[in-house]
Order: sequence, then C-alpha cells, then structure tokens
Amino acid sequence: MNPQEPLLSVTDLQKHFPVTKGLFKRQVGAVKAVDGISFEVFKGETLGLVGESGCGKSTTGRLVTRLLEPTGGKIVFEGQDITHMSQSRLRPLRRDMQMIFQDPYSSLNPRHTVGAIVGAPFRIQGIKTEQGIKKEVQDILAMVGLNPEHYNRYPHEFSGGQRQRIGIARTLALKPKLIIADEPVSALDVSIQAQVVNLLEDLQNELDLTYVVIAHDLSVVRHISDRVAVMYLGKIVEIGDRKSLYSSPMHPYTNALLSAVPIPDPAARTERERIRLVGDVPSPLNPPPACRFHTRCWKAQEICKTVEPPLEELASGHRVACHFPENTPAVPAPAGDAVTA
Amino acid sequence: MSFLEVKDLRIHFPTDDGLVKSVDGLSFSLERGKTLGIVGESGSGKSVTSLGILGLHKGGNARIGGEIWLDGEELVGASAEHVRGLRGKKMAMIFQDPLSAMHPYYTVGDQIIEAYRIHHDVTKKVARKHAIDMLARVGIPQPDRRVDDYPHQFSGGMRQRAMIAMALSCDPELLIADEPTTALDVTVQAQILDLMRDLQREFNSALIIITHDLGVVAELSDDILVMYAGKCVEYGTAQDIFYRPEHPYTWGLLGSMPRLDREPTERLLPIKGSPPSLINVPPGCAFHPRCPYLDRTDGKGDTVVPELVPTERGHLVRCHMPAEERRSLWENEIKPALETQ
Repeated sequence: MNPQEPLLSVTDLQKHFPVTKGLFKRQVGAVKAVDGISFEVFKGETLGLVGESGCGKSTTGRLVTRLLEPTGGKIVFEGQDITHMSQSRLRPLRRDMQMIFQDPYSSLNPRHTVGAIVGAPFRIQGIKTEQGIKKEVQDILAMVGLNPEHYNRYPHEFSGGQRQRIGIARTLALKPKLIIADEPVSALDVSIQAQVVNLLEDLQNELDLTYVVIAHDLSVVRHISDRVAVMYLGKIVEIGDRKSLYSSPMHPYTNALLSAVPIPDPAARTERERIRLVGDVPSPLNPPPACRFHTRCWKAQEICKTVEPPLEELASGHRVACHFPENTPAVPAPAGDAVTA
Repeated sequence: MSFLEVKDLRIHFPTDDGLVKSVDGLSFSLERGKTLGIVGESGSGKSVTSLGILGLHKGGNARIGGEIWLDGEELVGASAEHVRGLRGKKMAMIFQDPLSAMHPYYTVGDQIIEAYRIHHDVTKKVARKHAIDMLARVGIPQPDRRVDDYPHQFSGGMRQRAMIAMALSCDPELLIADEPTTALDVTVQAQILDLMRDLQREFNSALIIITHDLGVVAELSDDILVMYAGKCVEYGTAQDIFYRPEHPYTWGLLGSMPRLDREPTERLLPIKGSPPSLINVPPGCAFHPRCPYLDRTDGKGDTVVPELVPTERGHLVRCHMPAEERRSLWENEIKPALETQ
C-alpha cells in the first residue's frame, strides 16, 4: 500500500519473561508476552494495535522503544538495526522515537514544573535552541492547547486531560518521527478523549508524525488508524488496512471482538448479530498449542490444535493467521479451488 | 408510587474548601423489571447517588436531603440499622472493581455464605449449597470446587461474576451496578452484560446501571438519566436520549465517541473544556462555560440555574434554550453532523 521504505520494521519479535522459583531463582517457565510478531510502519501513517489485556500490545510498544530488551527477533528503525543497540548509542535515536503513556497521573513527576517536564528532553539531549529552552517549551505548550503561562505550574494543578496534553507536549519536544502511544486516551473522560484524539490527528498532519497507537478500544482505534493489527496472546492474528479489517474481518477472534463492542443505539440490542466468546483469555504462561485461539473458537477443528496457522496475505494488504478464515475474497481467476480447508 | 422513587435528593459534603454538592436535587423513579442507566463523567455525582440510595453515607459527614422511597418505605430518614437490614436483601450493589470490593482473606464461598446467612436463618451447609447454586447460575465452571477459591484465584471476569452471584444471593429487588464492566475486557464485558440482562429478566428486579459508556447504557437501559455536576440535565427513555436528545451536553457526549456502527468520520465533535470542580460549580447553568450555544440563552446561561422541564414528548431537559430552537438545532445541525461529518 505504501511503496516507500518502512520507518519501522519489526521481524519475528519475541519477549519472554522468565518465571523463577526458589532461592537460586531457577527458571521454571516463561511468560511469552510477545511471541514472534512482524509488522511494518510506514512514514506518516498510524498503525493501531488492539487486543485484550495480556495480549502483549503494551510489551510490543516497550520493545519497539527499547524500554524492554527483546528476547529474539529484529527491530529496524530508519534502516538501523536497534534490536540490541546499547543505551548510549540509542540515546541520539530517542529523539526520533518517543512514547505517550496511558496514565497522566503517574507518568509526570509531581515535583517538577511543567516547564521542567517538557524541557527535560532538551536538557538530556543537550540541544541548544535559538531563543532558549523556555521559549521553545512555551511554543510546544501552545501547540497542544495549553496556556504557555502555565510554564511554572505543577502537574497536580491540571485536570486529567490537561496532564495528558503535558505528556504529549513532552513527547513532541524534540520533533520525533515516530510516536508510540500506549492507551493515550483510556484514562480520560469521554468528552476529553475526543479532544485528545483530535489533537493527536492535528499534530500528525501538522508535524508529519507517524503513530503506533496501542489501545483496547476498537472504536477509537478505528477512528485514528490507517492500518490495524489485532493481537491475541502474544501473536498478531490479523493485520490489514482499517477499512477492510473492520468491514470484512477474517479472523474469528476479530469478528468476536467487533461483535462484543456495545453500540450506542438502543435498536442495536435486537438487530445485531452477536458472537459470544466463552471463557477468558488463557494465561500467557501456558498458552494453548498451535492456534492459540482454538480453545475459545467456534470454528476450531483438529488441525487448529496441532498446526499453527501462518500469517498469510489473503487480500491486498490484509493478512490473517487462521485455518478457516471468514470473509475471504472470492478468488476470481481459477474457478473451483477457491475454498481452502 | 413506583417501586423506587427518588425525590429531590441532595447529598452535600462539607469540606475545608467549601461545600461540595455532589448530588443536588436529583429525582427519578424506577419500576421492578426495568433498567435505569445513569450516565455522566467523573465527578458528576453518579456513584454518590448510588451509595446514597444504599444508605452508605449514613454515619459519614454527608448532609443528605430529599426523599428516597423504596417499595413504599422512606430511606433518607430511616435509621442506619434499619437500612442495614435492607441492604443485601432488598437492595444490593455490584461494584466496579471486584478485586478491591471482595475481601482477599476469605474464600469467595465464605463471602457469599456470610451475606446469605445474615438474612436467612439457615445452616452453613444449606447456605454453602446456595452459594454453589448461585456461582453455577452466573456461569462459573466447576462451582463446587471454585467456591473454596480465594478472590485472587479468579480471573477478572470470573470475579465480576462472583460479585454478581453475591449481590443476587438474597434475591434483591433493587440492584445497583456501578461501572460493572469498566475494568473488564470487551469480550468479557459482553458476557457480563448478557448475564445481567438474563438475570434481571429471571429475577424481575429493578436495575440501576451507572456508567460513562453510552454503548453499555444503550445495551441495557429502558430509561436514561444524564448527570452533569451533580444535577440531572436530561432524563428520558433510551429512545429519547439516543434519537431525540435536546441537551447540548448529551449532544457533546454523542459527538465525542467514535462509533463502530457508522462509517468512520473525519473528526470527532468533542465538548470544549473539562468537567467543573464541584467546589466551584459555575453559576447559572453549570454547563455554560462549555456550551457552544450560550449566546442563545437570552443572557440567562451564566446567571440563572435552568429548571428541568418536560419537552412535548415528555422527556425532561434542563436548558435555557427555547424548546423550538433545541429541536431544530438537533434536527438540522447536530444530527446530520453526527451521522455524516
């Protein structure tokens, strides 16, 4: 869909957290939080990463920004392999890659003023600005819709939505190329969520930003993303452009997720067709073998318990990992063998 | 008189900074077998209302005024002891976060048994049998084994089910659910909403569901009450609120949320500003600093508190704008903007 080089490219990324036991911390197992995922992010686009809690979406965000050390796989940012790059070599790259956190209450230091928080990236990176850091910070504050005169205030003096704007201002300070936003609006009130979503979109247009938005809210992700990846237990089960993923989801899990979202329309109560999954997401400590969704899938057959389905491209730009995908486009050319099993 | 009648309920908290009017003149009624949805942002007074009905502010420093009639009995003036006897048996509550609402030191079974034995003169054995039945009823697998588990051994969805089992164990006629699914994943949320709908039908109880999620409200409610800064701003049937809303705040809420059931829109239509502090409620209409139609209130918006008046269809709206103007705004501007954008 996008002919140019990807800004970020992730191949077979893995993160296993060891589970230890006893005095000598003998390793008895591993939580496979992220277990072999691959995706690309192109310049100027927004990739949405959705899934339920424990699916590894936040871990993915932290791996990509190298806040966590990957167990395996490869992360390439702007042509450079940063998978195991040392922190000192990584530091100049941090300018180009920033993160927005979920909780605007715990991600801002309560003892620092807004000016100190938003100005910190300049000091850490040792960047000299023409008119001084203060002027620069005030410009950024204005850009995210805060009053520049609030430079000397502390985080507790602001509401949740304003704090999230401070977090965004800090992220933008060094004009990054890629921003990873981990649940940027889920801690905010409904009316504030919309303000922040609009702000993120405006900033993207203005500053030519690339986003990876991690969220559990499927409606927000659809609104903000160009492409969407659905994760389940450490794997990407489906990835595609927004329109085709939401209008013709191929993976049963994506279908179930979409059908579970409550619709703000009383008539939808009776009209909607529902898919109800039974049970909870299994523990990533001991995920089901082969297709990880087979324990909750209504289409599961023997093959799902023994052979892991590969992530295959079934429509243009739309990949899915399922033995029995739905909504597959009718194959036009060779008649007959269109249905695969 | 309805099964539950709340008349001019006022719950005020004196603090060092001034009087906090968390709930300020709230009236509504509810019949058995019906569901009322209370919607609002954080600090709008929706949770304080529910705790007030359950009598959980008694003994605190809250100043409670107005009347609460439950099945012909007045609760505001009743003794704490008397209300305590009703709690659990006649009315029960489902809390948002089951992990903090349940005691970590006792098994799930013990906690259900305790509630049951307070209101029923039965042996432990009978109560245990009842607890197992209730756990089975809410869909917990192997209830005879899980009854001896501790809350931390349950997953989030199962804990919420156990909480519902506990709340329903004495067959209450009024059930209040305060953000019952906010802490849950979307597929589990769908299961819990289905469960609540089924159980309500079975027990014919009156249900109050408190949430900030318009989707959840639309799934369950017969009537909807929208709260802002401690006051009801709009109150009507689910159809009134979703198809013919007349308050600018309700419009704002609808415009703030991206919707999966419609074509993706370019922009969300948020409400400007943020919810007011209850210590410093704006004069006149509390919504006026955020209202885009302040200039249409004939100068009354920031001086006179508007009354809650019925529209010609009978639903209640608290707004200074002339009814004609509100309706034409909705039909000609807001509704088309929400649908097409």
